[in-house]
Amino acid sequence: MKMVNLTIDGCQVEVPLGSTVLEAAQKIGIEIPTLCYEKDLSLATACRMCVVEVEGNKKNLPAACAQPVMEGMIVHTNTPKVREARRMILELMVANHPLDCLTCEANGRCKLQQYCYEYGVKESSFTGERRRFTVDDGNPFIERDLEKCILCGLCVRVCDEVQGVAAIDYSDRGFDTKVTTFMDRGLADSPCVSCGQCVYLCPVGALTAKPSKGKGRDFEVEKVPTTCGYCGVGCQLALNVKKDKIVGVTNLPDNHNQGYLCVKGRFGYDFVDSPERLTTPLIKRDGEFVEASWDEALDLVAQKMAKVRDEHGPDAIAGLSSARTTNEENYLFQKFFRAVIGTNNIDHCARL
Amino acid sequence: MTNSIAGIEKANVILAIGTNTTEAHPVIAIRVHKAQTRHGAKLIVIDPRKTDMAQRADIWLRPYPGTNVAILNGLLNVIITEGLLDEDFIAQRTENFAAVKEAVAPYTPEKVEKISGIPAADLLAAARLYAQAERGSILYTMGVTQHTTGTEGVMAVANLAMATGNLGKEGTGVNPLRGQNNVQGACDMGALPVFYTGYQAVTDPAIREKFAQAWGVAELPDKPGLKIGEIIEGAGDGTVRALFVMGENPMLSDPDINHVEACLKNLDFLVVQDIFMTETAELAHVVLPAASFAEKDGTFSNTERRVSRVRKAVSPRGQAKADWEIITALSAKMGYEMDYGHPGEIMAEIARLTPSYGGISYERLEKGGLQWPCPDEEHPGTEYLHAGKFARGLGLFNPVVYKESAEVPDEEYPLYLTTGRILYHYHTGTMTRRVDGLNELVPTGFLEMNPADAEKLGIEDGEVVRVTSRRGSITPRVEITDKVAPNVVFISFHFREAAANVLTQAAYDPLSGIPEYKVSAVKVEKIQ
Repeated sequence: MKMVNLTIDGCQVEVPLGSTVLEAAQKIGIEIPTLCYEKDLSLATACRMCVVEVEGNKKNLPAACAQPVMEGMIVHTNTPKVREARRMILELMVANHPLDCLTCEANGRCKLQQYCYEYGVKESSFTGERRRFTVDDGNPFIERDLEKCILCGLCVRVCDEVQGVAAIDYSDRGFDTKVTTFMDRGLADSPCVSCGQCVYLCPVGALTAKPSKGKGRDFEVEKVPTTCGYCGVGCQLALNVKKDKIVGVTNLPDNHNQGYLCVKGRFGYDFVDSPERLTTPLIKRDGEFVEASWDEALDLVAQKMAKVRDEHGPDAIAGLSSARTTNEENYLFQKFFRAVIGTNNIDHCARL
Repeated sequence: MTNSIAGIEKANVILAIGTNTTEAHPVIAIRVHKAQTRHGAKLIVIDPRKTDMAQRADIWLRPYPGTNVAILNGLLNVIITEGLLDEDFIAQRTENFAAVKEAVAPYTPEKVEKISGIPAADLLAAARLYAQAERGSILYTMGVTQHTTGTEGVMAVANLAMATGNLGKEGTGVNPLRGQNNVQGACDMGALPVFYTGYQAVTDPAIREKFAQAWGVAELPDKPGLKIGEIIEGAGDGTVRALFVMGENPMLSDPDINHVEACLKNLDFLVVQDIFMTETAELAHVVLPAASFAEKDGTFSNTERRVSRVRKAVSPRGQAKADWEIITALSAKMGYEMDYGHPGEIMAEIARLTPSYGGISYERLEKGGLQWPCPDEEHPGTEYLHAGKFARGLGLFNPVVYKESAEVPDEEYPLYLTTGRILYHYHTGTMTRRVDGLNELVPTGFLEMNPADAEKLGIEDGEVVRVTSRRGSITPRVEITDKVAPNVVFISFHFREAAANVLTQAAYDPLSGIPEYKVSAVKVEKIQ
C-alpha cells in the first residue's frame, strides 16, 4: 500500500494513498466538524462544515471529507478563513431552522446546536421565508419534523445503503427540497421497517425516537452497554437509563453489528416496565394464584421436588432451561438438575 | 455459524436457504445487503415464500415446502456432472465423498424439478454460481432444520460446502443463524439432555468424573436425558411427574398445543419461572418472578459463537430476582449450597470446566465479545472454524436421500401450511406483545394466502377464516399476497389468539428432535 505524508495543523501524518483529509485528521485526533459525513455511508459532501484551508490552493476551501490527501500537503483546519466559512454555513442553516432548543428532543446531542455554540452563532443575519411542514407522526416509533431537517441526507443514505429499504428520498428542488416518502404519504404508509437507523444518525432534531420523547435528555441518561435480548445476532447496544427506568436505546460503535439495530432491539424495551410483570412469587391454591413470599414458594418447590425424587426417582423430574436467560443461568440450571436432582432430563427450545 | 457475521461481507456468493433473514435476523441482512451492493456478491435464495431476501436475490428458487434435501442433492449433482468440484479440498480435507457422489447421482435437475417444482434451468444456474464462487457462504435457519428430515438437510448443506471447498476460510462456511438471543449459549452451557458444557458427553465416564469432582458430588447420572418433545410426552404418560420451566413457553412454542396442554395438566407439579404470566405459567402450581435481561449481569453467546456481556441497567421489578439467584436459593433449600457472589464467578467456573470457554472471563469481556473456541487467556478467540483441519480431523461426507414430509396435502387437507417469524414480534410474543408500538404495527396474527387460492375459496383480504388441521383449528385474518405460492399458506407462531402450533404436528426429526413446523396439511374455510 502506497503511503502519503502530509501536515495537518502542524502535525505530520502518514496515511494510505486514497485517504481523505478528514480520515487523516481523525487518525491523529484532530476534530473537523461534520454534519453530513458518516464513515459507513457514501459521501454526500453536502453540508460543507468540514471545509479546510490547503496551502497553495488559492481557489477555494475544499471539503475535508472529499479532499484526497496528496504528498506534502499542508492543511489548516481552524484558520480565521475556515471559521468564517463555517459560521456562514451555520447561519444559513439557522435561517431556516426553528430555534426551539428548549423543548427539542435533540437538545444536548444536536450537532447544529453544538457547532452554533462553538462558532458563536446566536441567530441568523438572513431573514426571509421559512419552510413549513406538518410533523409526520404516523409511525409509532419515529417522528419526522422536516422543519428541523438540514438536508444532510444521512437518513436517506442509511435507509438505502445499509438497511436496503430506501423508504425515503429527496423530493422537490431548491428551497422546497425535502426528504420524503413515496408520494409524500408519510412513514406509516411506506416500506419503512422502523429500524431507527435514521433516527440515530440524524444530527439534529428532525427525527425523533417517539418512545423516548420527554423522558430524558441525552446528557441526563446513563448509557449502560449490554447485549440485545431478542434474536441470536446479539447486537451490542446501550440502554439509556434515567431514574431506574429505560428511556431509550442508543448505538454502540465498533462491534459485529457495526452499531446497527432493528426495530425490536431499538424500540422493543417497554415490556420491562409493563404492569403485567410478575413481581411476586405465586402459589396456586384451589385453582387460584395467591401471592407468596420467596421462602414459602421455594420451600414448596424444594419439598415437592424432593418428594417426586424420593417416590419416583430423579428421572421423574425434568427441567426446561431457557434460550433467553444468560449463560451463567443455563449453566447453574443444568448443574442443579444433574448434581442436586440427579437427572439429565434437561432441554430447552433450541429446536423450536 | 462456522464463520462470522462480519465475514458474510467477504463472500462472493451467498446461498441463503430457509432463512427469512431480513425479518428474523435483520442486522445480518444488512451484511448480506452490503455484500451485494458494495462488494458485488451474488445472492441465491431458496425459499417457498417471496420474502424480501427472495426479492433481493439474483437467483430465487421457489420450492414446494419440504423438498430441501432433493434440491441440495440436486445442486451437488450438477456440480459433480459439470466438473465444478474442489477436488483438492475433497482429497486432502474430507472423507466418504464417493458415497455422497453415488447418493446424489439420481438427483438430476429434471428429477428435482419434479419433486420441488424448481425449473431445471434455475437449479443449474444456481449450482454453477455457487460452485464457481471463490468464497461461497451458506446461510440457513429453521427452513432447513424444522423438518422430519432436518438433520439430512443440514448434512446436505455441509456436503455442498465441503464439495466446493467452502469451509475453513473467511467469507465461506455453513452458517446457521440462531433464532434466540442465547440459544447458542444454552446449548454451549449444557442445557441439553446429553451434554455438559462445551458439548462434553454425559455418557463419557471421564467427563462425568471431572464434573462430579468439580461439583463435589459422589456421582452424576449417566443415562442420557429426555429431549423436549419426550419430556412433554413423559408428562402425558406419567413418567415425568414434576417439571421446572425457566423462561420457556411450550404452550405456544411447541407443536400440537392442545396435546401439550393435556400433558402439562397431567403433571403432579409444575413450576414456571418467568417475567410474565405466560400461557405455560397459567398451568403452573408455583410461579416464580424472574428479572429481565436489563435487570441482571451475565453473558449471552450469539449465533457466531461470540460471548458478550449483559449488564444490569435497572433494578429488578417488584420482588423479581435474577434466574441465577433463584436457582442458587432453591439449591440451598435442597441441601446443596451454590456460593456465588456475582455471575462473573459462575463464568470462572464455566471456564475451568469447559475447554472452548477456557479463556473467557469477565475481565476480558470488558474489552468486547470473544468468539469460542477460546481455550486460554492468551487466545484471541476464533473467527471461523475448521481452518486447516476439521474438528474431527477429516470432514465427513454423509450421503442423504430425500424423503417426503410426514404430512403432505391430500383431498381433505389440501393446502401446505408453513410457519415462521415476522419482524415485529419475537417467539411467543411474551415480550414484544407488551410493547405498544410493536402491537400498533402488527396487532395480531394473519394467514398469508395466494390470490388464486383466495379467489377459489371466495375469501377477501382481511376476512376471518377457519384454518383446520388434523390437530385443531384457529381463526386468523387472511392477508392475500403473492408472498406465498398457490396451495401454500403461511402463519407466524407469535400470537396466542391465532396460535400456529394448534395446527402443527408433533412429528419430529428422529435425530435432532426438531418438530416439522415447516410442513403441515391444512384446509381453509369461510366462516359462515
